[in-house]
Amino acid sequence: MDWQSGRKLQQQEQTSLKVGASLRKAFDEMNGAGDGVRAPYTAVSEWLGTQKLDDLKRKLLEAETMFRRTGITFAVYGKEEAAERLIPFDIIPRIIAAAEWRRLTAGIEQRVRALNAFMYDIYHRQEIIKAGKIPEELVISNSAFVPEMMGVEPPLGIYSHIIGIDIVRTSENDFFVLEDNTRTPSGVSYMLENRETMMHMFPDLFARNRVAPVDDYPENLLKTLASVAPRNMDGEPTIALLTPGQYNSAYFEHSFLADQMGVELVEGHDLIVKDGYLQMKTTQGPRRIDVLYRRIDDDFLDPLVFRPDSILGVPGLFDLYRAGRVSIVNAPGGGIADDKAIYSYIPEIIKFYTGRAPILQNVPTYNCRKPDELKYVLDHLPELVVKEVHGSGGYGMLVGPTASKAEIEAFRQKLTSNASNYIAQPTLALSTCPTLVEAGVAPRHLDLRPFVLFGDEVRLSAGGLTRVALQAGSLVVNSSQGGGTKDTWVLQD
Amino acid sequence: MLGRTANDLYWLARYVERAENMARLTEVGYRIVLLPRDGDGTHEEWRSTLASAGCAQGYFSKFESLNTRDVINYLLFDFSNPSSVKSCLAAARRNGRAQRTSLTRDMWESLNSAWIEFSNIDPASISAGELPRVLDWVRSRSALYRGALLNTILRNDTFFFSQLGTFLERADNTARILDVKYYVLLPQIEMVGGGVDAVQWAAILRSVSAHRSYRWVYKENYKPWRIAEYLILNQAMPRSLRSSYDEISVALNDLANLYGARAACHDTVAATRALLANGNIDDIFQSGLHEFIEDFIIRNNRLGNEVAEAYHFNG
Repeated sequence: MDWQSGRKLQQQEQTSLKVGASLRKAFDEMNGAGDGVRAPYTAVSEWLGTQKLDDLKRKLLEAETMFRRTGITFAVYGKEEAAERLIPFDIIPRIIAAAEWRRLTAGIEQRVRALNAFMYDIYHRQEIIKAGKIPEELVISNSAFVPEMMGVEPPLGIYSHIIGIDIVRTSENDFFVLEDNTRTPSGVSYMLENRETMMHMFPDLFARNRVAPVDDYPENLLKTLASVAPRNMDGEPTIALLTPGQYNSAYFEHSFLADQMGVELVEGHDLIVKDGYLQMKTTQGPRRIDVLYRRIDDDFLDPLVFRPDSILGVPGLFDLYRAGRVSIVNAPGGGIADDKAIYSYIPEIIKFYTGRAPILQNVPTYNCRKPDELKYVLDHLPELVVKEVHGSGGYGMLVGPTASKAEIEAFRQKLTSNASNYIAQPTLALSTCPTLVEAGVAPRHLDLRPFVLFGDEVRLSAGGLTRVALQAGSLVVNSSQGGGTKDTWVLQD
Repeated sequence: MLGRTANDLYWLARYVERAENMARLTEVGYRIVLLPRDGDGTHEEWRSTLASAGCAQGYFSKFESLNTRDVINYLLFDFSNPSSVKSCLAAARRNGRAQRTSLTRDMWESLNSAWIEFSNIDPASISAGELPRVLDWVRSRSALYRGALLNTILRNDTFFFSQLGTFLERADNTARILDVKYYVLLPQIEMVGGGVDAVQWAAILRSVSAHRSYRWVYKENYKPWRIAEYLILNQAMPRSLRSSYDEISVALNDLANLYGARAACHDTVAATRALLANGNIDDIFQSGLHEFIEDFIIRNNRLGNEVAEAYHFNG
């Protein structure tokens, strides 16, 4: 395509954005700060220069047809029941250099170990509270804290075996962790299927770049799950993946992962507690399950302990878990580590448990529960991003720089009446990456979610899910808010 | 394998087979309705089509009279008819999606694209001339799914439960056609003879795709007792009761070997298969064709229930 017209489009869009000055200068993954194509993108940039826009659009349609035929869809809550949608896919990859990835890897591993040490501590001796590093009430009266987990000994002392860490970039060297998803992070199937699709459509691109494979993820996941099987069992553990069912938004991923690992995909009503074990109802009668990779929330796990109206879980499951007769992955109660009110203490947490400074930075965060910080937030709403402490999926948040006056005033009301329910952060100039849009190729903001596994060792596939905000200037990348995805390449030296 | 998985795979296969049978029955009914005939009654043929499809009660609770457009819509596109092609394809896809991990990619994609394409068809846009094309398409999609199954699936319980679903449904369908049409095969009708009967005989054979193969097997014109024999007892005819029961028997024995256990369903299938393997068409006519078919349908339903029981379809 005419690459220059892409540039022009980029300039038009950027000057037309009514956002803060900082956003206008967003770092571009391909073009840096405007000083030429960055090294990891050399081959892709050259390739892009030889492509015609219509051909690229045709390829995009082809990709969408592949996704729809394969059934890679997700349900949007609140829309027509069981409506299945495609997450928009962009064919221009997001590329990470080998050295950048090594740094991210070190930071991620440090974080995963620290977060799990924190959870173990919180559900045991609570040294970090005694040391005065975290206010007690922030933990104890936090709705993400699960008192039933006190004193429970999970295998290997691990709570969150699968963590999706949301990372954003603002310049050549600045990466920030936006969020640690320690409960049941989703999206890894897109990491795998996006790669499949790209390799199918653009084999020549892979011939020109040394892209690290990501298809070791299912094997790594299986090894991780097996490594946390109950200690007292003999033989190979039986593993099953618990899904809420096919109307759940992430059902495709549940069945995809079960298939890739070769484990049963079960629903709550397929399971019973019998003879002191968790069993699944098979064609040959009940069969024992040792490790349950659950993709339902804590609240629904066991109606006898958590929500009594849950039909997604299994009555009696939690007692078995406490007794060490079945392993639950991720463990209940892990939400305490990705709670947004705890988030601002993460650098402290990392130092406390690892004795070292965090390798990956946190975004500066204002806790609206603190009066002086609340005052600052109220005075600077147009510049800040305000999030609900327990929100997720991009719902219930305010992006100050792009919000209308009315929206800002509505949030001011909410903040004044229920301050402790909110945190605020400066609006980061998330990096952009060239993305195929209707008018051509234009920069769009993105983030990165690598999926790290923690069992007998830390395992990290070289890649992740890159989410991209498809609206010009938008900083909200969540798929539930119209965000799309890109294939994520980690280059090898 | 989960009992729920076995149940879903079994019904998935039944729905795919049923969609194909619906298309075939619709095609045959439509051919007869198109024929020039004396007097009224051109629409009457739909009555037996609906009965063969097991849809008569549902149709008449919705419509007062037989009308070609209404019948076709009801058999192909009506979601309120649980056996319409649309309902079958939707149910097949729903079951397939629930058991995505048990299906190969080829199987899933053929199911998924069949549903996507069919649900995009606007019934109002289907003119009389286009109907055969739509019906051919349904049959070809069923064939594509079966082909994907046969070519790509592991020969384990996934395959065995799928085979059970396909052939129980097929046996049920062939038996139902015979149940509705048995009177045109009875001897006294043959005495009356005439063009209408020949049309009806051909229709029966067509509704199980056997009007050509009949001549290869029997080397003579349609004879009603031969037609009955062909559909009930012939081992080579792929939609006969006999060959369906051969396949069911193989699948159930494979399951018994795999799991190392037999159940009531194994005795039932052996008894019914023996009845078909040792049967003689003269004896069947002697003791009553209709009674034989009714008895078979009861046995077939019982077998389905026993399979569900033996393999914990409901947990």
